[in-house]
Amino acid sequence: MNKMNITGAESVIRSLLAEDVSTIFGYPGGAIMPIYDALYDFREQVNHILVRHEQGAIHAAQGFARSSGKTGVVFATSGPGATNLITGLADALIDSTPVVCITGQVASHLLGTDAFQETDVIGISMPVTKWNIQVTKSEDIPAAIARAFYIASTGRPGPVLVDITKDAQFGKFDFQYEKCSSIRSYLPKPELNVDLLHKAASLINNAKKPYLLIGQGILLSEAQNELMTFVEKSGLPVASTLLGLGAFPAKHPNYVGYLGMHGNYAPNVLTNECDVLIAIGMRFDDRVTGDVSRYAKQAKLIHIDIDKAELNKIIPAEIAIHSDAKEALTALNKLVQSKNHDEWLNEFRKLELEEYEEVITDAIHPKEGELKMSEVVNLISEITDGEAIVVTDVGQHQMITSRYFKYQKPKTNITSGGLGTMGFALPAAIGAKLGAPEKEVIAIIGDGGFQMTIQELGTILQCGAAVKIVILNNNFLGMVRQWQQLFFDRRYSFTDIKNPNFLKIAEGYGVSGEKVTTREDLKIGLNNLLSNKNSYLLEVIVEREENVFPMVPTGASVSEILLTEKHGTNI
Amino acid sequence: MEQTFNISVFTENSIGILNRITIIFTRRHLNIESITASECEVPGVFRYTIVVNTSEEKVIKVVNQIEKQVDVLKAFYHSDSEVVYQEMALYKLPTNLNNGGEMEQILRMHHARILSLSPEFTTIEKTGRPEEINSLFEALHPFGVLEYAKSGRVAISKPMKTLEDYLTEMSFEV
Repeated sequence: MNKMNITGAESVIRSLLAEDVSTIFGYPGGAIMPIYDALYDFREQVNHILVRHEQGAIHAAQGFARSSGKTGVVFATSGPGATNLITGLADALIDSTPVVCITGQVASHLLGTDAFQETDVIGISMPVTKWNIQVTKSEDIPAAIARAFYIASTGRPGPVLVDITKDAQFGKFDFQYEKCSSIRSYLPKPELNVDLLHKAASLINNAKKPYLLIGQGILLSEAQNELMTFVEKSGLPVASTLLGLGAFPAKHPNYVGYLGMHGNYAPNVLTNECDVLIAIGMRFDDRVTGDVSRYAKQAKLIHIDIDKAELNKIIPAEIAIHSDAKEALTALNKLVQSKNHDEWLNEFRKLELEEYEEVITDAIHPKEGELKMSEVVNLISEITDGEAIVVTDVGQHQMITSRYFKYQKPKTNITSGGLGTMGFALPAAIGAKLGAPEKEVIAIIGDGGFQMTIQELGTILQCGAAVKIVILNNNFLGMVRQWQQLFFDRRYSFTDIKNPNFLKIAEGYGVSGEKVTTREDLKIGLNNLLSNKNSYLLEVIVEREENVFPMVPTGASVSEILLTEKHGTNI
Repeated sequence: MEQTFNISVFTENSIGILNRITIIFTRRHLNIESITASECEVPGVFRYTIVVNTSEEKVIKVVNQIEKQVDVLKAFYHSDSEVVYQEMALYKLPTNLNNGGEMEQILRMHHARILSLSPEFTTIEKTGRPEEINSLFEALHPFGVLEYAKSGRVAISKPMKTLEDYLTEMSFEV
């Protein structure tokens, strides 16, 4: 791994190879040209995906990381190249996605002079990175990259940025690479507190109505098997956050649904009925909790998270365990007793039936009228048996997919949760496909979000990623329209969107497709989508004003979730 | 209930860490009353003393967010009664030899001292609590204070556990 007298630029590539990087998403430009020049000699070893916009690069890297479990890597140039990464950095930070961004920077003697394409990338990216560093000397590059990978992928994962000045890329030195395995000011793996675990186990063993909430922490620590053992042994009901979907199979009898504002009825309502609430690898986002002052007040909370700052941040915990999810579950499995909570589970089933009758049956099996987003998603779920990787954008289609796609496997749900970034899905799906080439990757996108990163069809054209695209087109910015209808007196202020001919655009990029408007054609369309070896676009024209329900209105408690519009007294 | 808290942050000597710390305050709309930084008893480790007025609930969350930063070794918070703290001020006055010993009286009473003396101006130094420093300012005011500069607070905690203890617990050589 050592190499005498090489350039900083070449050392970047060699460092990445030492970190087992096989795929890079990037876009060249002036200040990163030496690195791209070095990359030219490594074309056989590294697959560089040329995106059409740097935002596309980072979302693709996020999709790659989420489907593969590896760290995503991005190259971008200085100035606008780097600033175009900011949305993706913020998205990766809030959704705990490991990404390493390498940006070119003007030569060090020009720093601070307002040189061409100079921006204070370190300053701008500081609030949206887990860590960042500017490197101005060639010989500092390997250690910076080693730290970057270590920090991005350990503890609560997140995005890091390494900004390398052009002179550091040109300079020569004797290369040596050593992976980073510890930083004294950073403790990614906290020591498990055995006393607290015993207390937690005793609370769980003595609970009448224990209830488990899971988040992405399960997936990030790859604790799905330990979770299964825990659930089957302790017999408790399990609900998932948006990012936790897939960590526990949706068809399992103990699975009671999806949490939050547009989640299922039972898991929201019964949050305020349980006596012990166990939350693992989740952070009580406001979309999950509703009004915190009326959230699970009757319950004792056991909160397990690897990020200490998340403990007691939103909901005070009776027992706060600072730990990796897998380690905590492994230890808990030895301490919890085998139990059966059928009666308590039945309470969930009763409410689930109510939701099924009032909402779901009409949503997935409508007898007449225009196509509904929910029936499209339900059909995709049935055809793929809930095993495909599903990438969603942001809005109504996202909430509907989270409700109706029955995720069965880990790392198959890729969406922008915390930040809610429209335009995420198309590039993320490209990355997801490259991260898991053997899997079917379906991007479900709204007509609005699709146009935010539509240029990434060019990336598909060039790299050939067989991403299956489903546009649920209601010719509206649907989620905002729904809120305008419910809370702003139907004043549809700038949510009516005039769309282009998506099929023609796709065709221009070499992506074939079709448009369906009827129930009869939907199945055929989905079959064409899934049987195609290449990328394919299915545009589904759906009911213009379908609303996503149930819904926890802003300021309401989770137990005040409205099953349907007619249940709302204030809206 | 809002009260004064002294936050002590121990960091690596890395570029940008101060910015990372202040962002945490800015984002929560918390005003920093004073901030000082210097190398501490462990070589290479920097100590920040940050004074804020806020609630204990908020200060706990802020300290957790600070400690989460990769280059932060440890962060603590203490109320005023849990720390020994001090500030320092410099006062620049026109040199006047004909004040009838009144200046001597003031300096003695306030335990202040003269740092420099020139025909044009005199520099006086005073360390103490903010109210003591203000009180000297008031006393000197009639003589015409030309310039006045005050440092932020430096504080050390009363509990006996040292940073080295924490670093040893974190199983790192100091």
